[in-house]
Amino acid sequence: MADRRDVEPSSAAARATWRQVLGSWDVVVILAVVAVVLVGSLAIDGVSSPRFWRFVILEIIPIALIALPMTLIVITGEIDLSVASVLGLTCAFMGQMWFLGVSSLPVLIALCLVLGAVLGAVNGTFISAFGLPSLAVTIGTLALYRGLAYVVLGDRAVANYPVDWTRSAIAPIPGLTIPWVILVVAALAVIFGVVLHATPIGRGLYAMGNNADASSFSGINVARTKFWLYVVCGMVSALAGVFWTLRFASARADNGVGLELSIVAAVLLGGVSIFGGRGSLIGVFAAVVLLGVLRNALQLAYVPANTLTIVTGALLIVSVVGPNVVTIARERWRRRRPTSSVPA
Amino acid sequence: MRELGILLALVLLITVTAVTNSRFLSSQSVKDLLLGSTILAILAVGQAIVIITRNVDLSVGSILGLSAFATGSLFLAAPAVPIPVALLVGAVLGATCGAVNGGLIAAARVPALVVTLGTLYVFRGLDYTVATGKQINAADMPVGFLRMGTATVLGVPVLTMFAAAIVVAAGFYLRSYRSGRELYAIGSDPDAARLSGIPVGRRVFAAFVTSGALAGLAGVLYAARFGTLDANAGLGSELNVVAAVVVGGVAIFGGSGSVYGAALGAVLLTTIGAALPVLGINPFWQRAAVGALILAAIGLDRALAVRVAIRLKGRKARG
Repeated sequence: MADRRDVEPSSAAARATWRQVLGSWDVVVILAVVAVVLVGSLAIDGVSSPRFWRFVILEIIPIALIALPMTLIVITGEIDLSVASVLGLTCAFMGQMWFLGVSSLPVLIALCLVLGAVLGAVNGTFISAFGLPSLAVTIGTLALYRGLAYVVLGDRAVANYPVDWTRSAIAPIPGLTIPWVILVVAALAVIFGVVLHATPIGRGLYAMGNNADASSFSGINVARTKFWLYVVCGMVSALAGVFWTLRFASARADNGVGLELSIVAAVLLGGVSIFGGRGSLIGVFAAVVLLGVLRNALQLAYVPANTLTIVTGALLIVSVVGPNVVTIARERWRRRRPTSSVPA
Repeated sequence: MRELGILLALVLLITVTAVTNSRFLSSQSVKDLLLGSTILAILAVGQAIVIITRNVDLSVGSILGLSAFATGSLFLAAPAVPIPVALLVGAVLGATCGAVNGGLIAAARVPALVVTLGTLYVFRGLDYTVATGKQINAADMPVGFLRMGTATVLGVPVLTMFAAAIVVAAGFYLRSYRSGRELYAIGSDPDAARLSGIPVGRRVFAAFVTSGALAGLAGVLYAARFGTLDANAGLGSELNVVAAVVVGGVAIFGGSGSVYGAALGAVLLTTIGAALPVLGINPFWQRAAVGALILAAIGLDRALAVRVAIRLKGRKARG
C-alpha cells in the first residue's frame, strides 16, 4: 500500500504528458468529426451539399436535445432509460389532444411540457425520495410510459395537423438551408453547458457523481438536485416529442422506440463516465454529431445499415476499452519496474 | 421468501383470471402460457446470474437473434443435422458472444452496461449482415425440429421441461457450489471479494459466457417455436429480460436474489400479457401493467430492506 502512495507523483506526471500528446477526449471526438466530414466530402458524393446537412440536423435534433439532460444525469452517476418512452407518450398525448379539439399550438406545447415534467417527477420521486436505483426505476417507467402511450392512442395514428405547423417545424432559417430548430437546440445547449461547467450547481453534479455521501456532507442537497434533473429531463424529452410529432406529421404510440439506447450510446461515446463524475457537454455534442454524420454519410455511400449498426457499437466499445487498456498496460509496466518509482 | 411473494401474485392472477373465464385453464391455453414464458425464462436465468455479480448483459436479445438465424441457416445448409447438434451449435455461438462481453469486461475492466450496449449493436449488426434480405420459413426446417417446438409430454411442453431443467440446475449451482456462492460475494462487494481471494475476473467472465450460452440456446428454441425467422428475432427483448429478473427479486445492484425468482418473474410477465385480454382489459394496458409491476417490485424490495435494516439496528442497540 505504501508503495502505491509513492508511485502517485510520477503517475500524475505520466498522465499529464499523456494528455499533452493526445489531448482530452473531447478533442479526440471533435477531431473524429472533422476527419469524417473531410473524408466524407472528398470521397462521397453529396456530403458537402446543403441538403445533406439539413437532413443530418433534422435527424439528430431529438437525440441532441435529450442528450443534454442525459449528460447531466449520467454525470451524477444515474441514468434515465425512460426518455424515449416519455417522447412516445408525449407524441400520443399531443395527437390525442389535437384529436379532441385543442387547436392552439402554444397550448399543445405547454400541455406536453407539463406532461413531461410530471413524468420526470415520477422518475425523480422514485429515485430521490425512495432511494431506488435509477436503472431499475427507469426500466420500469420505460415500460409504463410506453404502455400508457398505447393506452392513449392504441394503434391509431393522428396525422391531420395543419400544414403550416408541420412545415414550420422543419423550416430553414431565412436565407439559409439549416433548420431553425437547431437554434432552439443551441440555446438549450448553451444553458445546459453554462449550468454544468460554470456554476456551483454543475460542480455539485460532478461532486455527486464522484462521491454522493461526501457531496451530501459538504452541503449539496443530492436528493433535491437529482429530482429536478429528472423533471428537466422529462420536459426536454417532451419537447423532443413535440418536434418528432410535427416533423413526421404523425403521432403514434411507437414513436421513438429504442431511442434511449442511441442517446446513452452518444453520451458515453462523448466521454461521460457511466459511473458519473466525469465528462463534458462539448464531448457529448461532438459525439451526437459524429454518429449522425457518420450514419448519413455511409448511407449516401450505399453502405448497408447493418454496417452502421456494427460501427456504432464498435465505436462505443473502443471509446471505453481504449483508455482502460492503456491505463492497465501502464500499470503493469510500472509494476515491473518498481525501482524507478520509489523515491529516496 | 421473495420467490413465495411472486408465486402468490402469480397464483392470485391465474385464479382471478380463471374465475372470470374458465377456459384460461384449458390445457391449450396453459400450454401456450408455458411455451410463451419458456424463452424469456431461459434468458432470465442467464441475466440473473450476471446481475447477481453486479453486472448487466444488454446484448442477450441480439445474441438470441444471431443464434436463431444461425440455426435456420444451419438447417438450410444441412437438413439432416440432429437436433442436439443444433442446440450445441447455438449454445457455443452464444457462449462465444458471451466470451467477447466477458473478456472485455474482465480484462479491460470496462463497465458491463457500456460493453453490452456496444455488443448489442455489434451482434445485431452481424445478424443483419448474415440475414440481409433473407427470410427463413418453417418449410425450410426439418419437421422433427419444429415438432420439438410444440411437442408435449403429459400436457407439459418439452421446451418448458428443458427450461425448467436449466432453472433447477442453475439454482442448485448458485446455492450449493463454492464458485456459485462466490458470485453473490462479488455482487455484494467486488473489492472485498477480490481481497478475500475470489478470482473476480474469472467468475464474471464465466457469468457472461453462461448468459451468452443460454441466450444462444434460447435462440435455437426460438427457431423451433416460431419457424419463421428474419433478422429481427429478439429485437428489444433485453429490457424485458432485465424487467423479469428485477420483478423476480434479483437486486439490480447484485448480491441477492435467485434464478427461481427470475424464472417466476418471466412467467408472471408472460401471464399478465395473456390474462389481460381474458379479463376484458384492453390489451394495450399490458405494457403499462408490466411497468407498474417493476416499480412495485423494486419499491417493495426497498421497503423490506429498510425494515430489515431497522430491525438489525434495534437488535444491535439492545445487545
